[in-house]
Amino acid sequence: MNWVNIILQGVLVGGLYAMFAAGLALIFGVMRLVNIAHGDLIVLAAYVALMVTSAVGLNPLVSLVLVVPIMAAIGYLLQRGLLNRTLGDDLLPPLLVTFGLSIIIQNGLLELFTADSRKLQAGSIEVAAFQAIPDVWIGVLPLIQFVVAVAVIGGLQLLFYRTALGRAFRATSDDQAVAQLMGLDTRRVFALAMALSLAVVAIAGVFLAVRANFDPAIGPARLIFGFEAVIIGGLGSMWGTLAGGIILGVAQAVGAQIDPGWQVLAGHVAFLVVLALRPGGLFPKVAA
Amino acid sequence: MKVAHATRSSQIGTALFALALVILAAAPLWGDRQALRLLAEIYTFVALASLWNLLAGYAGLVSVGQQAFVGFGGYLLFALTMLAGVHPLLAIPIAGFAAAIVSVPVAALMFRLRGHYFAIGTWVMAEVFRLVAAQISVLGGGSGVSLPASIVIGMAPTRTLREFETYWLALVLVAGIITAIVMLLRSRYGLALTAIRDNELAARSNGVNVLRIKYIVYVITAFGTAMVGALIFLQKLRISPDTAFSVNDWTAYVIFITVIGGIGRVEGPIIGTVIFFLLRQTLADLGSLYLMMLGVVAIVVMLWAPKGLWGLVVARFGWQAFPLQRRLIVSTPEEG
Repeated sequence: MNWVNIILQGVLVGGLYAMFAAGLALIFGVMRLVNIAHGDLIVLAAYVALMVTSAVGLNPLVSLVLVVPIMAAIGYLLQRGLLNRTLGDDLLPPLLVTFGLSIIIQNGLLELFTADSRKLQAGSIEVAAFQAIPDVWIGVLPLIQFVVAVAVIGGLQLLFYRTALGRAFRATSDDQAVAQLMGLDTRRVFALAMALSLAVVAIAGVFLAVRANFDPAIGPARLIFGFEAVIIGGLGSMWGTLAGGIILGVAQAVGAQIDPGWQVLAGHVAFLVVLALRPGGLFPKVAA
Repeated sequence: MKVAHATRSSQIGTALFALALVILAAAPLWGDRQALRLLAEIYTFVALASLWNLLAGYAGLVSVGQQAFVGFGGYLLFALTMLAGVHPLLAIPIAGFAAAIVSVPVAALMFRLRGHYFAIGTWVMAEVFRLVAAQISVLGGGSGVSLPASIVIGMAPTRTLREFETYWLALVLVAGIITAIVMLLRSRYGLALTAIRDNELAARSNGVNVLRIKYIVYVITAFGTAMVGALIFLQKLRISPDTAFSVNDWTAYVIFITVIGGIGRVEGPIIGTVIFFLLRQTLADLGSLYLMMLGVVAIVVMLWAPKGLWGLVVARFGWQAFPLQRRLIVSTPEEG
């Protein structure tokens, strides 16, 4: 039963990775931008939640009602003020600007909050668990996190295919020039996509901060996990990112069981194997 | 008809480059220990930035994972000298060749990732290298290892002589790398690379085998980067996974240097490194604020002067320091 537990834990963590991935895949889908600062923005969201919870005294999960709009606003302004200027045929400007942004966020957080590791306290829910089947225990918080991840990805899927905004996203993704000709303000569409991406980042950041310690330097690793989930799942498919996140989570959990030093490495190996055998990802579907 | 590479400014530039080499080679005569150490560090950054510039600025391969090869070279130096008894000076080129060999399958995997995703993919690769290095217990595992005194003493009888030796080594390496890049750019491949830099699609449609050129550049860059990495850790005498595969030290700084100096120009990384060290000597006390400022400057340069400071110089004066231009000289039959 030990392995069932391990794999189950991996699946539940995979939900968090899928949330890292969903925000990344969303903006890549809409504007072909890979945001190198994505992981640092997740960490920024965790610190925003830290400030909100200590200022207002809310439970971290409740603080989402403030953290999500704050991050979405940051995303909107970031896109309008800075990132829209980098978009074009050249690959270099968006990469370098988001790379610079990553360094700025990391060191800014270091200046403000020092390198000490922090954690958000969510109370008794953190340790609550129930027995699903004999010898298999499921933590309540990991389960909530997974359900939220599924809901976020399902919500994004609905938004993409059932709303006017989603239609604007897909139109811009398919052909920016034509979308513009049809009267779409693509710069505003991009800003809304970034706002939505950072709203997802906010949720992911809060769960990250409740589940584990965080400090200003852990952003790049979150970017990498999200990226691996995107590639494993297949570019452009929202449900694929969930599958990618789960596969990554399970690979890490199994790796950690073999040797603690192998946890992250096993995830990278899973990514490289998929890249070698199925470069399009496991569930390629050009949709989002 | 023939092709001329040199211009008046490149003749001056090449002469200045040669003069600088002579003065810098004589640095042990005029500089103290601290000056030598600083200069050697500057050379390693010029070398790393020049290689990254070749990769990203010319071949369009924007890697944020070159620390993989810096660390690989460093670790191979330690492994070869400590475990196989190879002389450090011999271990440096061996590290380069080994990295070139390793880079072939790495490139085969990474080239499956398009554009932006290639960048993050290379970062994952560097993380794989770091985590594997942390598993090698004979080289200290996660906490790292120091180069044993016997090997250090084996290089030169006195500390001063050893420092001269690593200084000259760094100078030879950086001069060799810049010369090799200039030669490469003057060759057939250079014409193709410049075409790719300016417009990849147009290059492809004119019959340039873009993928092949990218492979060649990736392997050459890995070769050079690993040699620089081996030299860096020969100077430091100590290696650990976190220092060897540091994304900040070997990639963030290098990218900022290249962008600020001028990407896609051989002169860019040299100018950028000089500015980087001037800033560092005056602002290093600021710590993380200094890094934030570098990030801001790089963003500002990228958005408002995307060809960097040297690009501004070229636009204003049309200078170029290296004989890289191609002008057709049509000889007319002489009269009389």
